[in-house]
Amino acid sequence: MKKIKILFFCLIPLLIIYIGYLYLKTVNIAVLNPKGEIALKEKNLILFALTLSLFVLVPVFVMLIAFSIKYNEKNTKAKYSPNFDHSRIFESIWWGIPTILIIILSIVTWQSSHSLDPYKAINSPKPTLNIQVVSMDWKWLFIYPDSEIASVNDLTIPINTPVNLEITSDAPMNQLWIPQLAGQIMSMPGMVTHLNLIGNETGTFRGMSSNISGQGFSGMTFNAHVVSDVNYQNWINSARKSPNVLNKKGYQALNVDSEYVPATYYSYASPDLFGYIYNKYMSPSNGNINTGMGN
Amino acid sequence: MNYFAGILGLLTIDAFKHDLVQYFGVAVMTLSAIFAVLALTYFKRWKWLFGEWLTSLDPKRIGVMYIAVAVLMLLKAGTDAGMMRLQQSISVGNNQGFLKASHYQQVFSAHGTTMIFFAAMGLMFGLINIGVPLLIGSRDVAFPFLNSVSFWLFVSAMLLLNTSLAIGDFSGAGWLAYPPLSELQFSPSTGVDYWIWSLQIAGIGSLLSGINFIVTIIKNRAKGMTLMKMPMFVWSVFGSMTLVIFAFPILTVTITLLYLDRLLGMHFFTGAGGGNPMMYVNLIWAWGHPEVYILILPAFGIFSEIVATFSRKRLFGYTSMVWAIWAIVLLSFTVWLHHFFTMGSGADVNGFFGIMTMIIAIPTGVKIFNWLFTMFRGRIKFASPMIWFMGFIILFSIGGIAGVLLAVPPADFQLNNSLFLVAHFHSMIVSGVLFGYFAGLTYWFPKIYGFSVKDKIGKYAAYFWIVGFIVAFVPLYILGILGATRRMNHYSSSLGFQPLFIVAGIGVLIIGAGLFIQLIQIITSIRDRKKLQDKTGDPWNGRTLEWSIPSPAPEYSYAILPIIKERDQFWNEKQDENNSKIQKKFKNFSMPKNSYLGLVIAFFAFSLGFAAVWHILWLFIFGLLGIISIIIIRSLDENRDRLVTFDDLSKVDQLALGKEQ
Repeated sequence: MKKIKILFFCLIPLLIIYIGYLYLKTVNIAVLNPKGEIALKEKNLILFALTLSLFVLVPVFVMLIAFSIKYNEKNTKAKYSPNFDHSRIFESIWWGIPTILIIILSIVTWQSSHSLDPYKAINSPKPTLNIQVVSMDWKWLFIYPDSEIASVNDLTIPINTPVNLEITSDAPMNQLWIPQLAGQIMSMPGMVTHLNLIGNETGTFRGMSSNISGQGFSGMTFNAHVVSDVNYQNWINSARKSPNVLNKKGYQALNVDSEYVPATYYSYASPDLFGYIYNKYMSPSNGNINTGMGN
Repeated sequence: MNYFAGILGLLTIDAFKHDLVQYFGVAVMTLSAIFAVLALTYFKRWKWLFGEWLTSLDPKRIGVMYIAVAVLMLLKAGTDAGMMRLQQSISVGNNQGFLKASHYQQVFSAHGTTMIFFAAMGLMFGLINIGVPLLIGSRDVAFPFLNSVSFWLFVSAMLLLNTSLAIGDFSGAGWLAYPPLSELQFSPSTGVDYWIWSLQIAGIGSLLSGINFIVTIIKNRAKGMTLMKMPMFVWSVFGSMTLVIFAFPILTVTITLLYLDRLLGMHFFTGAGGGNPMMYVNLIWAWGHPEVYILILPAFGIFSEIVATFSRKRLFGYTSMVWAIWAIVLLSFTVWLHHFFTMGSGADVNGFFGIMTMIIAIPTGVKIFNWLFTMFRGRIKFASPMIWFMGFIILFSIGGIAGVLLAVPPADFQLNNSLFLVAHFHSMIVSGVLFGYFAGLTYWFPKIYGFSVKDKIGKYAAYFWIVGFIVAFVPLYILGILGATRRMNHYSSSLGFQPLFIVAGIGVLIIGAGLFIQLIQIITSIRDRKKLQDKTGDPWNGRTLEWSIPSPAPEYSYAILPIIKERDQFWNEKQDENNSKIQKKFKNFSMPKNSYLGLVIAFFAFSLGFAAVWHILWLFIFGLLGIISIIIIRSLDENRDRLVTFDDLSKVDQLALGKEQ
């Protein structure tokens, strides 16, 4: 009877793990399925820290289970030392070993904080592509200053090309996240943050806001497309055919609350627009849309 | 600008218009209140309630009231959690779920705020009120009336928060209300003001309690109890309350500035006008991170008492434990930035705060190993508090590992604000804080009521909580890795998130069953209280002073104040048969008289908060003057104490002392 019970309790977790495995095969495990160098390094870092942590977790679990079986009051044969409350050796071990593990992890932390600093440009023979990103209520605006085009809720970048996103907000704080390309960075009004990323495989990857920004927050998703150089040029060209223009009027029309906005393209975006957007929060008098805008 | 306008301020009939779900909530709340009033009237319990409880300055009674309010809030915020899980289980693809986005956002904001400020803090102050004076061999806290004021401020803050359900709305800006979203421009309704004033009042109450308990621990210890002879729970409360008095003023100032932004159009944290929302995020976490340790240190202390008691062994590494507590206290103020590595502070800053965060894992790990070695070569009795402890170690360690991942800034870039993060902090707060408090409630219950709760039912409750927690939060860890962010009220069906959200919802139901079993446990234990009566005063074979007095502990706790010679003195006395206790002679002592003024202050504080929310000038002045007058009245009252003579002692104490008299 007892054996059946034990078998039963072993089978249930195995079954759950198996069902979990079947389920996970059907979905895209975004963080563990990176498509760019940055996301790949971040994934490896997560796995490294996890492995190191197991050196503490496993002994804790083993001791917890072993002690609770061995020193159960029903087991009267076990040694009982009610006054054993101090041991220099034992206590040195658990101040010492975690300290060593943390020192190792600290070195990795310090180095990776620098090597994976989102502000740091990515080394590559190809020149860096600058894209300006604005979080708005409730959509993402991507401005391509080199091509003077813009898009809403569509980030298209060429493959193997380092990209520098300059990010600000014309709305509450948001946080840009494209799990398969790079980690998150905040977007804030009156501030410019940077995120350097690179796509090493073509494909379409989900992007979103991960910081609550009001009613339309859940709909602030977009697709990030990593495409070949040829397709990137084609994409720019097709955007240039769009009837929409992001001049002063166009921006005013865009800058109203809207939710679940489909991808939209602008054949022209004023080169001053991004500077205008983050500057308008810098002084109280500067609320006028005409200031700083060309066109 | 409409600072303070009109007889009703901003309050109009629109404030009472809600959707169906909200009306239902209001109806449940109102009906329960009416039912409570009717029950009290029918059983003629008003005088008893007022005379013995509401006006009591006995820390044990105040503690019980804290816990009662906290349990109500736990149920309420748990309902919020259930609504969130239901919404996320069904709101996929074309289905928008049963909550509008704005309502959903209020629900998660209220869930977080209520759980931290009213459920967790309430249980914590309840247990501290019950535990600290008893464990240090004191009859009372240092400032008994202030203690009552703290409690009643807590209640009025709780009422203010729940008023938002019926009148107006609540903040939808998350439990920490980051600006600019929480500024007037983006949150024009009074919801954020409810959040601000509810926290303001609760925060003042907490600060007063913090001062009170620090002074109590320093001044009221029994004779001979030097600091290094204090029980570990007292040490942990000492650490926690130190954090309270350093951290809570930051909260008070920060949300005052936010309120000034909203009321007077200032620009501390607005995006526009030179304001700096990043300053708010720094300040709120400079309070918010220590707050986590404020909650968890007392839970650590409870576990320290419980593990030693149920292993029937001295606590391992006492000195290490004390150092670990103070290391945590100090370090908890040096890690706040890890909540927003994604703000782009630069590699040096991120690296520094990442390393500090990891360092804090060392003293926490030391505590876990010391508990494990308290079990080593013990005689462990697996009563329900030990089951909570086992669940705590397992879930807390897993959550801690997740925390270490989050502490590495580039790893955090991928995990921050995802459901992985949500699962992490629930691991810490549910299994660390809540399990600790539940264990403490079971542990001290007989001392307060004179009978134990049924242990077997308690074990089932713990198993349901542990299993429910795993079912509810493992899916969230996975969802975070899949790239699901927190606070979504809707997501696309193509992502395949739905099955995991449904499993998580089932987990919440299992946790709900655990809570239900706990209520059954209390009810059936009250029914069978005669059978469960604790006649010895020492039901667990305890180690600390509180078990040396009869259960239920009389109002004055100790008829004769104990004299301490060593740690675990009560346990050692029990072991040593020849130990002839040196009996001191009974001397009359004084105890504080009951006072209803705390209740009155709470009434004025509520008026003040409500007025500030709705910009009602006259009511604001009324509340303010009211509070000031009560403080003056109380200060001038010199007839605050009453004398306790031998005849006033409980029968049990009289009998025990009678031989010597």
